Amino acid sequence: MVQAARSGSIDTVTIALIGNPNTGKSTLFSALCGVHQHTGNYPGVTVERKTGDFRWGDRSIELIDLPGTYSLAPRSPDEMITVDVLLGRQKGTAPPRSVLCIVDASNLERNLYLVSQVLELGLPTVVALNMMDVAAARGITIDAGELARRLRIPVVPIQANRRRGLDDLKTALASGTRGLVEHSVPAFPAPFEQAVTELASRSAAISGQEPPRFLVQRLLLDTTVYLSESGMPGINGVLANDLQQARERLATAGCAVPGVEAISRYNWVGEVLKGVVSRSNESRVTASDRIDRLLTHRYYGTAFFVATMALMFQLVYLIAEPANGLLDAAKSWLASVVGGMLAEGPLRSLLVTGVIEGVGSVLVFLPQIFVLFFCIAVLEDCGYMARAAYLMDRLMFRIGLNGKSFIPLLSSFACAIPGIMATRVIENRRDRLVTMLVAPLMSCSARMPIYSLLIATFIPERVWLRVFGLRGLVWFAAYAVGSCTAIVVAMLLKRTLLRGDTPPFVMELPSYKYPEWRVVLLRMGQRGWEFVRRAGTLILAVSILVWAAAYYPHRESDIPGEWRARHAQIQAALDDASGLSETDRAAFSEELSHLDRQIQGEYLRRSWLGMAGRGLEPFVKPLGWDWRIGCAVVASFPAREVVVATLGVIYNLGTETSDQDEQLHAALRNATWEDSGKPVFGIPVALSLIVFFALCAQCGSTLVVMRRETGSWRWPIFTFTYMTSLAYFGAFLSYQIACWCGW
Amino acid sequence: MNAGEMSVGEQASVVRVTGDDAISCRLMEMGIVPATELELIGMAPWGDPLEFAIRGYRLSLRRAEAARIEIVAK
Repeated sequence: MVQAARSGSIDTVTIALIGNPNTGKSTLFSALCGVHQHTGNYPGVTVERKTGDFRWGDRSIELIDLPGTYSLAPRSPDEMITVDVLLGRQKGTAPPRSVLCIVDASNLERNLYLVSQVLELGLPTVVALNMMDVAAARGITIDAGELARRLRIPVVPIQANRRRGLDDLKTALASGTRGLVEHSVPAFPAPFEQAVTELASRSAAISGQEPPRFLVQRLLLDTTVYLSESGMPGINGVLANDLQQARERLATAGCAVPGVEAISRYNWVGEVLKGVVSRSNESRVTASDRIDRLLTHRYYGTAFFVATMALMFQLVYLIAEPANGLLDAAKSWLASVVGGMLAEGPLRSLLVTGVIEGVGSVLVFLPQIFVLFFCIAVLEDCGYMARAAYLMDRLMFRIGLNGKSFIPLLSSFACAIPGIMATRVIENRRDRLVTMLVAPLMSCSARMPIYSLLIATFIPERVWLRVFGLRGLVWFAAYAVGSCTAIVVAMLLKRTLLRGDTPPFVMELPSYKYPEWRVVLLRMGQRGWEFVRRAGTLILAVSILVWAAAYYPHRESDIPGEWRARHAQIQAALDDASGLSETDRAAFSEELSHLDRQIQGEYLRRSWLGMAGRGLEPFVKPLGWDWRIGCAVVASFPAREVVVATLGVIYNLGTETSDQDEQLHAALRNATWEDSGKPVFGIPVALSLIVFFALCAQCGSTLVVMRRETGSWRWPIFTFTYMTSLAYFGAFLSYQIACWCGW
Repeated sequence: MNAGEMSVGEQASVVRVTGDDAISCRLMEMGIVPATELELIGMAPWGDPLEFAIRGYRLSLRRAEAARIEIVAK
């Protein structure tokens, strides 16, 4: 559209792309639009809005990629979007001038069901007959010319993955949009058509405007009452009564709704395909079936599944860990370069601690997101994802979810962000929400440094029966706490807030195929970039706020005079190069950096964050925490792993501390309460912190992604509240129980 | 007899889908209408869900959903 505005002469047309799931719709979309793609959300729903554009001749075509669907019968707000876009009723989206419907040539019967509904919209339509190669391999031949004559619309055979037939398709799209053609439309029984006409005129008489015939037909067929309750114009009590009577009349006439629709359409499909499709071999068993028998086998299939998941996690650690190391090194290098160029002061601190750390805390997730999305995209594209859901359904059904929730939840053990983004495969809105809301409870890799620090410092190593070590047990318990809580929360949510009928598990198991690398890489890149773009700015802003709270007021007068005097004295001695032996110089340098860290710590203690921490102490005392721990926990709101570095600063060790740092271990062990002088940390406090971090939602990126996926701030706020409350009470209980046990 | 009671390898013909809620509508949309032929070709490790071959593709249903499909064995 931008191009059209610029040149003026170019005609931009909007075309909607629709098709069944697993027909290669994404592949075709990428093949047509390349990287000219834009993603967003439709307001108020969890549906991704994807558009792209391409040029053909004198035309600029904007393609709207609608979610894959088997039918145009809307039964939820998410499904209503597709219908609204097609009818030009969706605000902010141009009414499509024509429809491109992609169908799977190896599975024409079921695919034409959707085509029959699309034709009734009255828009010019082009059918792309994809996967001709798969059909040919199965001995299916299709007379595309004859199919086009019978449907009275262009039918273009293509092979989207090999980019074959795309020019023909583009030509058909560019020319097929000029004017309306009369389609072949499935014949419903006469009483039904008559009932639709009557209802349409009744509705027009009441509301003063004629509603689209397609919607009236849908209303009559919709026995799930979704449409009649969705507040469509022209529907009120009178019409509901009319609907009821019409349905009763149809039932006595032998064409009861909703059955009449599927029966009429599949009859029509049968007529259309008679003589168009021929099968050379009658063999029912395909290669894909043989693979399937193995991969869904009770033992081999389960073993293969476990092995695949294990491999996925191996890949995450194999690739993401070293990549994170590199990112970390790059971050430190950049921090030192920027730090070296600027003088000591707020600007340097802002850039080094606020901006570089903030950007770093976003980028640090990228390697894992890329690896996980790569794996998920491969599993989706080769057809295994549906089998994973099939294998896991029984298990997930017990906690009120379905098989499709399994992979998103499992991915969350590496990182909740790709886990939450992977919930897009779950069509049922409530199941999808529940999965998203509990995903952050899975112990992600960002919790590892915290567990590692606390366990290494406070949990003594004891080994029973040579294999069961106490430390390993605590590690396991930390993971178990999160997972078990997730199960309980999911069950509670399904029984309270997100109660509803058990959604069906009517799922197509697509044929296996080799993954399409272009699609896989594109999907991986898009999701990674989406994350950076969406989460990046907000996380950066929050990081800067937290930095400011930890830096200001930064009054020099807060620092004891003798420290400053000593600092100046040593600095002067070091600057005056002459007359210092090597050992003296080293001792001075050592003392100087110790003083620096002490001053840095004092500034933090006297900062707004420090003051807030002191204010919080009464609230965190029951958890066994002193104000310094409270401070570190508050500062780790944008990213939980930051708590390790903040503890480092508070305990005068500088910012460059890691969980492996022996000094930090010692500093934590030696920390004492300021009033009583008793040690702060012990096993109870360590346990309370571990439980807190296992259950809390201290990850800004996760919350931002959740907002993006649910379309509102309501759910991330809900998640943060429930997880923080759980974390608080969990920490409280573990501290009190551990104290009571005398650990 | 309903489709939830079939044994693996058995073929049948659909008589009708019972019910008129969203699940039944979805089953019909997926191509399960009177006289459609279906074959049970496998089941998941815990005996549920089931995998059917219909109209040249593979569809998985839970037993509870398959029970809505009335069939006659062939």
